[in-house]
Amino acid sequence: MSLLGEIERNAPAVGDLGVLRFITAGSVDDGKSTLIGRLLHDTRAILQDQLAAVARASSKRGQEDIDLSLLTDGLEAEREQGITIDVAYRYFATPRRKFIIADTPGHEQYTRNMVTGASIADAAVILIDARKGVLTQTRRHAAIAHLLGVRHVIVAVNKMDLVNHDEAVFERIRKEFLAFASALGIADLCFIPISALRGDLVVERGEAMAWYRGPALLAALEQIEVADEAGMLPLRFPVQLVVRPGTGTDFRGYAGRIESGTLLPGTELVALPSGQRTVVRDIVSLGKSLPLAVAGDSVTVVLADEIDVSRGDMLADPKRPARTTKAIEARICWLSTQLLAAGALPAARFVLKHTTRSVKARLVSLNSRIDVNTLEQQAAPAGLAMNDIAHVTLALAQPLFVDSYELNRATGCFILIDEVSNQTVAAGMIDG
Amino acid sequence: MSAVLEKPRPEHGTLPSRSHLDWLESEAIFILREVAGECANPVLFFSGGKDSIVLLRLAEKAFRPAKFPFPLMHVDTGHNFPEVIAFRDARAAELGERLIVRSVEDSIRRGTVKLRRFDESRNAAQSVTLLEAIAEFGFDAAIGGARRDEEKARAKERVFSFRDEFGQWDPKNQRPELWSLYNTRVAKGEHMRVFPISNWTELDVWQYLSRERLEVPSIYYAHRRPVVRRNGLLVPVTEITPPRAGETVEELSVRFRTVGDISCTCPVESVAATAAEVIAETVLTTVTERGATRMDDQTSEASMERRKKEGYF
Repeated sequence: MSLLGEIERNAPAVGDLGVLRFITAGSVDDGKSTLIGRLLHDTRAILQDQLAAVARASSKRGQEDIDLSLLTDGLEAEREQGITIDVAYRYFATPRRKFIIADTPGHEQYTRNMVTGASIADAAVILIDARKGVLTQTRRHAAIAHLLGVRHVIVAVNKMDLVNHDEAVFERIRKEFLAFASALGIADLCFIPISALRGDLVVERGEAMAWYRGPALLAALEQIEVADEAGMLPLRFPVQLVVRPGTGTDFRGYAGRIESGTLLPGTELVALPSGQRTVVRDIVSLGKSLPLAVAGDSVTVVLADEIDVSRGDMLADPKRPARTTKAIEARICWLSTQLLAAGALPAARFVLKHTTRSVKARLVSLNSRIDVNTLEQQAAPAGLAMNDIAHVTLALAQPLFVDSYELNRATGCFILIDEVSNQTVAAGMIDG
Repeated sequence: MSAVLEKPRPEHGTLPSRSHLDWLESEAIFILREVAGECANPVLFFSGGKDSIVLLRLAEKAFRPAKFPFPLMHVDTGHNFPEVIAFRDARAAELGERLIVRSVEDSIRRGTVKLRRFDESRNAAQSVTLLEAIAEFGFDAAIGGARRDEEKARAKERVFSFRDEFGQWDPKNQRPELWSLYNTRVAKGEHMRVFPISNWTELDVWQYLSRERLEVPSIYYAHRRPVVRRNGLLVPVTEITPPRAGETVEELSVRFRTVGDISCTCPVESVAATAAEVIAETVLTTVTERGATRMDDQTSEASMERRKKEGYF
């Protein structure tokens, strides 16, 4: 094909939809690595030398076929042991969109890794082996995705080639998953029968499953709309820095990222915690004024009045401001390998980081532990081990400006850092 | 490699759509500002290479009209392309920012770097000089232009990547990184490496250079250069990398996809004279950036990982 032809083929027909981040969830045998390999390969994100390296590594292990899972196993120990240790990030793009895959492996650290991947994901692809149907693990994957606020879930029923591409098998799995998922309340759910190995309904449609009328997996990922969700919420602008060039100018700007809502000159604001009101005079970026900035934009805001604002403060919608509080109820996922016994709570010292604000925090109580397989709650647990998810009450040394995680991810999430070891020990989601 | 080609943002409308470059830019600016807000004494690695040129533009967008809240630093192996060094100095001067240069040559004189042969690649030796410089200035955060798509070990690295008091990376014991809540805390003597363009690909970088109309050193574009063919690579003929016996020197039209140490960086055949033409070639390429150009990464499946564990950038 000519160069020009290739460029035209890659040119956007419908515009650049930005970035979609998604996670893939599935157990080792569900074909997750094969699916990722297929997506990367069929969108031309794997190049010849990478394929050659994988082929060399496969044959070194005595494998005849190219093992696409080796593409995602990045570390020496992983290749030696044939396991995946940690979250890995993969990239591919189509004419419509750039995609970031957070590839989260199975085994004992699974919950912790999937929570990490899901925290940034707009969508989750949950893989089910058509021969096995909905397993305990499938329920866990759906529950974690939902807990972490992943709005769009695609259930990919894989290995359809091993069940004769039978529509009845697909329908049975779909109904079984729906029965479970309707209890969770996932906003956007769709089901796609695929064969990752043969490539059917992944990037190309293939011909084996003409009975299926919906989009192939990649087309479904391309069509997910994420842009407007945060833009429609009330303004939240956590201040990262005060920009003051100093000598010879009285410029004073507030640098940060709009986490939700929109900003334009004239927008009325309240500064938290001071409660002072003002309006936006200008939004600047490298010497230019912007007419409008939306959720996701990193900007510098100039205000009409001189008010007291510094890093960790928040500019918010004065009609619907964030809740100012020194006590929060939240669900946390314990990430540390160190056990936290309920009896050790009074002595444990944490730094809680929320938006751009870090405050000292104490865990007042472990209210209940959530079993991610059954969603059942166990009252007053004796402690927290890695991968545990629990309802807790926290007391803070200074106020935070929060929303419920369900309503606003960016202002509803936090991490707990152990003040002594500096380790990140928990991920938290604030209740409504 | 497939591509999202850039479309200009609409001037009017209710909620303008954000292109993938807008998204990547905004994320990187956010990260740079978190460094400035939370780290006491950061530094930004600026080599004059394309990824660090992108970092400087992002820093301008993050901090102007104020000065950068950190100096720039380059570890010079002594085997860098003169065009790149000249560009490095000119760009730092143009921006009016302070540039610190530390050289592997000084570490050799101090005896902390010992080379087996005079022409041995100095790429790995950079780690020693780098850690010496971090200790000399007491930096607690070092911002770099590494990308996760470059290499398998990098794909698993955090945006804020912890280094212990020996400057080592422990890939099996990394801090979990959730949402964009970065844990920047370090004890004295430890530091963070911070990678604001972790999520960018080679194509994203070129699309951004093109959109922002950023200049790059001339050797990133097609030029004629004497080379020899060795192990499937085009090795540039220089004083440091002379032709071996039996090799034929050819003069080809080439460009560099990365500009590291001369002793381990190879160009690719190219006629691309502009950023747009480089983007067109990148869309069509069949070999990765490091696969086409780096002799040092081909030594073993895990060579990057090993260097990184020892403090490499």
